[in-house]
Parts: sequence; C-alpha cells; structure tokens
Amino acid sequence: MEKYKMHILICGGTGCRASASEAIQSNLQEAIKAKGLEDEVQVVMTGCFGFCEKGPIVKILPDNTFYVEVKPEDAEELIEEHIIKGRKVMRLLYVDPENKEMISDSKHMGFYKKQIRIALRNCGFINPENVDEYIARDGYAALGKCLAEMTPQTVIDEIKESGLRGRGGGGFPTGLKWEFAAKNEADQKYVVCNADEGDPGAFMDRSILEGDPHSVLEAMAICGYTMGADKGVIYIRAEYPLAITRLKVAIKQAREYGLLGNDILGSGFNFDVEMRYGAGAFVCGEETALIHSMEGLRGEPTVKPPFPAESGYNGKPTNVNNVETFANIPVIINKGASWFNKIGSEKSKGTKVFALAGKINNVGLIEVPMGTTLREVIYEIGGGIKDGKKFKAVQTGGPSGGCLTEKHLDTPIDFDNLIAAGSMMGSGGMIVMDEDDCMVSMAKFYLEFTVEESCGKCTPCRIGNKRLHEILHKITLGNGTKEDLDLLRNLSTVIKDTSLCGLGQTSPNPVLSTLENFYDEYIAHVEDHKCAAGQCKALMQYVIDPELCVGCTLCSRNCPVDCISGERKEAHIIDASKCIKCGACMEKCKFNAISIQ
Amino acid sequence: MAKVKSLADLKRMKEELQSKMDLREKSNDPEGLVQIKVAMATCGIASGAKEVMEFLIEETAKRGIRTVVTQTGCMGYCYAEPTIEVQIPGKEPIVFGDVDIKKADQIVEKYIKNGELVDGIIPVNYKTLD
Repeated sequence: MEKYKMHILICGGTGCRASASEAIQSNLQEAIKAKGLEDEVQVVMTGCFGFCEKGPIVKILPDNTFYVEVKPEDAEELIEEHIIKGRKVMRLLYVDPENKEMISDSKHMGFYKKQIRIALRNCGFINPENVDEYIARDGYAALGKCLAEMTPQTVIDEIKESGLRGRGGGGFPTGLKWEFAAKNEADQKYVVCNADEGDPGAFMDRSILEGDPHSVLEAMAICGYTMGADKGVIYIRAEYPLAITRLKVAIKQAREYGLLGNDILGSGFNFDVEMRYGAGAFVCGEETALIHSMEGLRGEPTVKPPFPAESGYNGKPTNVNNVETFANIPVIINKGASWFNKIGSEKSKGTKVFALAGKINNVGLIEVPMGTTLREVIYEIGGGIKDGKKFKAVQTGGPSGGCLTEKHLDTPIDFDNLIAAGSMMGSGGMIVMDEDDCMVSMAKFYLEFTVEESCGKCTPCRIGNKRLHEILHKITLGNGTKEDLDLLRNLSTVIKDTSLCGLGQTSPNPVLSTLENFYDEYIAHVEDHKCAAGQCKALMQYVIDPELCVGCTLCSRNCPVDCISGERKEAHIIDASKCIKCGACMEKCKFNAISIQ
Repeated sequence: MAKVKSLADLKRMKEELQSKMDLREKSNDPEGLVQIKVAMATCGIASGAKEVMEFLIEETAKRGIRTVVTQTGCMGYCYAEPTIEVQIPGKEPIVFGDVDIKKADQIVEKYIKNGELVDGIIPVNYKTLD
C-alpha cells in the first residue's frame, strides 16, 4: 500500500455532510487527480470533528491546518495553493473571535484547548468505514488482551477500579453492572448497546457511532466475554441512517477479519452483533422499555426488579450500556484503570462528551474531563453567548434535567454536583439560553416533549405531566395565579415520587429547577402579567410612542389586521384588543417609535 | 480479507498498518517532533528540493528520528535554493540554504541528532503565522 505524504481529512458527520462535505471530497479527489497527485495525497472522510458551528471542516496533514466553512468550489484552490504551493488559504482559516487572529492549527483554538478526547479519540481522525485505520490505532487490541491475558473477573475488576460510570445519564458504576450480569447463570445471555439517543439537542452517541463504530463493537465483545454472552444487539433509532450505515459496514468488516464471529483471535470465544431499529420513542431509552421494544412488544417500561441483569431480553440475563460508556472501555483496558481514574473528579472518573447547542457561539461536540466548570465549557470552549448577549441558564440532561444558572457557573461538572445543583448529567445535551429566553416557556417546551413521549402506562406520568403542561400554558397566556405555582410544585413532587420509570421520575425537573432558580420570572408572569424575555406573546403589548411617531402610516399599511389607526402626520395608535402581535409594524417603523411593553 | 487468527496476528497487522497512519499520529503532536519544512516553489523544485524532501522523509524514518516533513511555498531565498527550515522542539526554527542531499545528510546527523550547527544558515527575517 502507498504511503502518502499528505492526508486531507474531511468531516463526514451528519452536520458537515448536510453542508456538502461529500461534494467537497469528490471535488478534492478530482483536483488531486487532475494534478497527478493520487499517490502523494490521501483524502479521508472521517467522523465528527466536533466543531459543527464552522462546518464543513477540512484538515490537512502533516501541518495540521484546520480549514472551516469550506465549500465544494474551494477544493481546487486548496489543492493548488496548499498542496502544491504550500501556501495556506487564508480566507478559509479560523479567525479567533476575540483577538481576530487567524489560527491555522486547531490545537491553538480555544474550542480544542481544554478538551481531552477518550470516547471521541478516533472521531475526526480515522475513516470510520475502514477497519484497518482502527486497528492501526490499537483497535481490537483491548479485546485481544482480554481474551489472551485476562480472565472475565480481572476485566470486571479493571473496569470497577477505573471508576467508569454509565454515560447514558444514570451514572451507575459500569463494572458493578457487568458483575451482576456475569453472576447470573443462564444458557444464553445478551449484551445490549443503547443507542436510542432521544434528548432534544443531543448528538453524542450518534457522533461516536458515525465516527468510530468499531470501538463500540469491540467493547461489546469485551463485555460479552466478561459475562459469558455470545450475542450482542445494538438498539438504534431509525432516524440515524448514517450511523446505521457505518455500523453495518463495521460489523461486516469485523466479521471478515474474524474479530466478530466464532473463535475470535483463536481464543475459542464467540461473539456476534446484530442491530434492532427503534422508531424513535423517547421512553425506549429506558432499559426495560428498550428490551420490550427489542422483543417486538410495546416500548413500555416495567418495574425493576427484576433488573435486566437477572431477566432481560427474552427473559435472559442482559447487560445494557450506553454508546459512550462502551466507547471508553477499550481505552481503559489498553491504558489501564489507574491511567483512567486519574482523569476527572473524585467520584466521577474520566471524561464526558457534551453536545453544546442553543445560544452559544461554538455549537458542537466536546469532550472534557469530569470536573470541568460550566464557565470553562461555555466561555472558553463554547466561545461565549451569541451576539454578545447575557448568559441566563443552561439546561443539562435534556427534558429530564434542570437548568443551571449564573451561580452554578463555577461548579465543577460531574454526576453528583449536577444532582446537588438540582439538575443531572443526563446523556450530555447542553442547551444554552440567553436573556431572550423565557424560563416558563422553556419549562413548557420540555413538558410538551414529555407529554408527547410519555408511554401512558402509569397514571402520574400520563396525566400528571399533561396537567403540568396545561398550567404552564395558562401562565404563559397570562392567566396564571400564584396558587398555580404551588400547585406546580406539589404536582411535580408527586409525579417524581410515583412514576414507574425514569421518564416520569425526572420529567418535572425542568419545572422544579426553573421554579427554584427563576421564581421571580414566574411571579412576573402571574402577578404583573409581564414576560421580561418577550417570548410569551400573550403578555406582550406593542405600543407607539407618540413623541417619536411622525405619522408616516407605514405601520398601519403593513398591519395585517388593520388595528393601527391615526391621521397622516399625526401619532398613530395600536388597538391592543385586535392586535395579533405579529411584530410587522415594529419591523417596518423607521423611527423606532414602536416598542414592546 | 484474511482472518485475524490470534493476538500476535493482530499485533503484526497493527505494526504494518501503523506506518500508514504515522503521518496523522505525528501531526497530532507536532510540537514534540522535529519539524522540517522544505521550500517547494518552482525555484526550489528546479534546484532539487523534491529529491531532498524524499531523502529527508526516508532517511529520518530509517534513522529512527521522529520528524514531520512538510513542503511549503517559496521562502524568498531563491539565491540559496533548495532551502529548508528545521525546528527542533523547544528551539527557534533555523533555515538552511543550498541544501543538497549531502548537506541534508549533514543536517540530520549533526544538527538534528546532536544540535551542532552546520554551514549555510540563513538569518531568519520573517515571522510565520502560527
């Protein structure tokens, strides 16, 4: 095989592909061919680089030049200038928003400086559809080591010592979970990978599967070895077509190499993986519901115990882990538990992948050591709030989590601290909100989601969440009372205490944490009928300042419901009872005479 | 595809495959490596920069020195082509002029291995964008 002098890596994550990274790849290849450089330059499509904000990303090695927002038509220039003439294409380099300096090496970018990549180690580095590149980076070495040199118990002990906790949100110690499944004797056991990522705004698991599918397969086989299972099942949502395709390719390649199948690496251990597609129900991320869905039943949770480790898929002992948890396993085996447990905070070891979204400058995928503060994540990595607005809150843990505010900015992020702050780690979605976001509406949004996604099996979740949503809706319309706030709090507590599964037990969290942290805002809604953020339309009123209005009639001509009246060259008036609050008048006014009250 | 039959097999495969990924691994940590830039503009190539670059890539690998060799555009010292810039970790980059294969060999043996300076240094009068 040819040894190339230069490598061009193109991001092939869903985000960058949506902005034409495939066309960039083919254009680059064409340009390379036209210049006769096929033997010198290798073009590789990789997994997600994480810096989705500025995608599509193209990285040229060995000089590690990081090009952002590349377009297919830039391909020729990149080859002509960078590859042939060795000159960087300045206009495609990343510009530091603070000091306006161009940065060509991604390592010097604020976004990457604080990151440690364990679960994402291969994302944006290898071609996920080429098992050889995975093997070149120690791929399947951990599996080989386990099979040849370690007993199932020593592997479990190693994982226990590493302190790895489940990355799906619960934070249960992984080694312990494996041990439970290993201890239960049965003729058949199963390893299940939970890839049913459903939080709004979360895409950690998808990116890992898209960027490094083999790491999950390898870890599943290791898990199978420890518990005596020879079958693995990946439960993935059908909305992740790219991840499914890449997993299929990975499974096929691993089988061809004999890294999945019978007698793996001559050890006598058999393990194979198949896939099940979920229809995208949020509740199926809960492990008992997930197992029922896999069995072809309705995706509804059941009471634990029995835990899946005892009686899971087809009534057999089953171990369910999240994608990111699995992605950490090979590294722990290769580098040792003592390497891993030095990273992170006291009770939460290792790193966590977060999907940064919302009103933040650097939307993207990041991996930081546990114990990193929210401030570092939002301001240093995330580049601060969009358009210089003021930070208000960040929602972690999606619809099950809570919001963290300015006073939590310096709290080190780990499982226990987030729970103490009234939120939770969740799977790693982080949605940042600024001063223009109304917290009541935010809570309402998440409740809307849980009402939609509740499976309806247990009453508190099915009916309770519906009522919560109704009360919140009433408040956003300006019809709420102070008693409603107490009702919200009481009802939330009841739902939490009495729901059957994790969905209902956590769904009131957004309400409780906004009540806790933004009580003033609720009061403003129910007592003064004001929404400071200006998001609750019913509470807004458009008013014309008679001092500033010159009577140009532009607003009244643009009002779709004809609620603005007034003579030419005289101040106009808005009839609030007819106004539909579309904002057309304010947009058109050239004299800034119209404002929201 | 042939099956991987044992751990030893897998390790052998990794060794072979690794060299293809070497360039990517190294560029992950360029600060820790010797970085050599070869000026490969028309004048450089005409005076033999391509051969020098091939030589540097192959020989440093053979002699077990971890280097990243990249090509770059005209450095402006057309009178002294081929020119190369060598940066040893923690030191200022040094530009050498009139580098033929013999000189390149000297630079590898004396400067890169032992830190001894060799003839042909061009005083640097520019700053590079990071």
